[in-house]
Amino acid sequence: MTTTAAAVRSNAFLGRATRSGALVIGVALVVITIAAALLAPWLAPHDPNEQNVIDKLVSPNATYWLGTDTFGRDVFSRILWGARISLLVGFLSTAIGIGIGVAIGIVAGYFGGAVDRWISGANDVLMSFPQIIMGIILVAVLGPSLNNLVIAIAVTAIPAFVRVARGSTLAMKERDFVDACRALGYSHPRIMFAHILPNILDEITVMGSLWLATAIRTEATLSFIGLGAPPPTATWGGLVREGFDNLLDSPGLSIYPSIAILIVMVGLNLIGDGLRDATDPRAPT
Amino acid sequence: MIRYLATRLLYALPTLLAVLTLVFVLVRIVPGDPALVIMGDQATPEALRDLRERIGLHLPIWQQYLAFMGQVMSGDLGRSLITNRPILSDVAAVLPFTIELTVAALAIGIVGGVPLGVLAARRRDGLWDWIARIVSLTGLSFPAFVSGILMLLAFAIHFHWFPVISRGWPLTDPIERLRSLALPALNLGLIMIAYVTRVTRSGMLKALSEDYVRTARAKGVPARVVVWRHGFRNVLIPIVTVIGLYFGVLIGNSVLTEIVFNRPGLGKLIIGALEKRDYTMLQGLMVIYAFIIVIVNLVTDLAYGLVDPRVKTT
Repeated sequence: MTTTAAAVRSNAFLGRATRSGALVIGVALVVITIAAALLAPWLAPHDPNEQNVIDKLVSPNATYWLGTDTFGRDVFSRILWGARISLLVGFLSTAIGIGIGVAIGIVAGYFGGAVDRWISGANDVLMSFPQIIMGIILVAVLGPSLNNLVIAIAVTAIPAFVRVARGSTLAMKERDFVDACRALGYSHPRIMFAHILPNILDEITVMGSLWLATAIRTEATLSFIGLGAPPPTATWGGLVREGFDNLLDSPGLSIYPSIAILIVMVGLNLIGDGLRDATDPRAPT
Repeated sequence: MIRYLATRLLYALPTLLAVLTLVFVLVRIVPGDPALVIMGDQATPEALRDLRERIGLHLPIWQQYLAFMGQVMSGDLGRSLITNRPILSDVAAVLPFTIELTVAALAIGIVGGVPLGVLAARRRDGLWDWIARIVSLTGLSFPAFVSGILMLLAFAIHFHWFPVISRGWPLTDPIERLRSLALPALNLGLIMIAYVTRVTRSGMLKALSEDYVRTARAKGVPARVVVWRHGFRNVLIPIVTVIGLYFGVLIGNSVLTEIVFNRPGLGKLIIGALEKRDYTMLQGLMVIYAFIIVIVNLVTDLAYGLVDPRVKTT
């Protein structure tokens, strides 16, 4: 019985999701990026950090598909390897943000009262601070490294998930099945995480896909400012930055990694919008 | 109205205290010794001790907190570690440029986003709806530094329509000043256009499907009046909300816009402070951002009173 209901529901979901086509295009763009990141060691024609003094700032040709940078490094290979950093930092920090934020949000929504007031109050303050500025100050204070980058972006992600999880939990705890759980004498953690959590995953997934885009953008932004993974590690934001210093002579150095950033950003935004429309049929699209 | 303003101001105080506390905590989560972080490994013990005393790091944390709050409340942001100039005067010198930029971007967001959202909502899946979708997807997908660099390449370097470096032109040369503001403001406004278009469109779709709109149409009220008077007035509140909510994004992106277009402003100050590890300057700038946030929240609240008579302002 439940399997049939679930099947009908997922069919309707898929129908709505694919109708617009946006979700399909988005998934395709993101899958291409993930594949490029995973296969970078095999796809990249050159070592991303190999310097070649003779071939400095070469225009795109058969050997260097997108040309070389000021150190004679192959831009195409660096973009491929940069995809690994961008996606890794994006996924890791979003996952950490979801884990911590959702746990706090469910607790706030479930217990309500003073617990909720304090958590929500603190959360609103965190949310009101510009996310990029917060990222900048966190990395600046912690010191630039890949770990600290993940921590900083995860911290800026937490408030959004606290808010979503709290709101959804507030609605969910009025439902009969939660009363039933209480009547059966289940513990609070069991009700919160075994019964409420699975029922609010839809909202969290939508938020997660939109946040993944924000996280990747923040990583690129911080790297562009010079607060990303230290050189010579190739990161998309760092590549744009290096190119920016040679914008007049070799605009390609900035343009190609920018295109890589745009592909994944457009892909993730299309997925987020598609998921939102699909999970909320009443939302005007 | 004055009483409304006064209560709003009163409500803003706890927020201000909370945001300032956040700033205090953020600047002090350094793992290990902050003095060592600022001066580097080569610093002598005497130099480190000096620095700690200069910025009060030798005090217990609660005394540091009280001193920090007391200083901020008395309008003093301290002095730069590097130049020893008062931070407030450095900020005051560039703040007009950042305000000019963000206000222009906000105006572009509203002037671009509102008509686009309304047009898109008038015919679902029509030409304007598709344009609106593409514009808002573009606005949301371009990191500010990417769109900035592409605009710079296209409109300043290739076509020479705008200056490459947005110098801080004096007010006496308004034409050059506007010309050098145009690209950065458009770049910063792009994301606001996206947010405003989206919220206007979905709000208008909802408003235009209401019964009173159908009644108005049936009565033969002209389409223009139906759209703007019966429909659009309902969307003002969500538009104000979205602007207040995403103003932080504008502030964050202004840092990048200032870097790309080489404009003076708070963002350039931050980057300078980061490079020189000017710890007190960073803290002072965070305080300024905290005040900006609180002021924006306050203005948003007041705007609700202006656009919606149901919000009691007396």
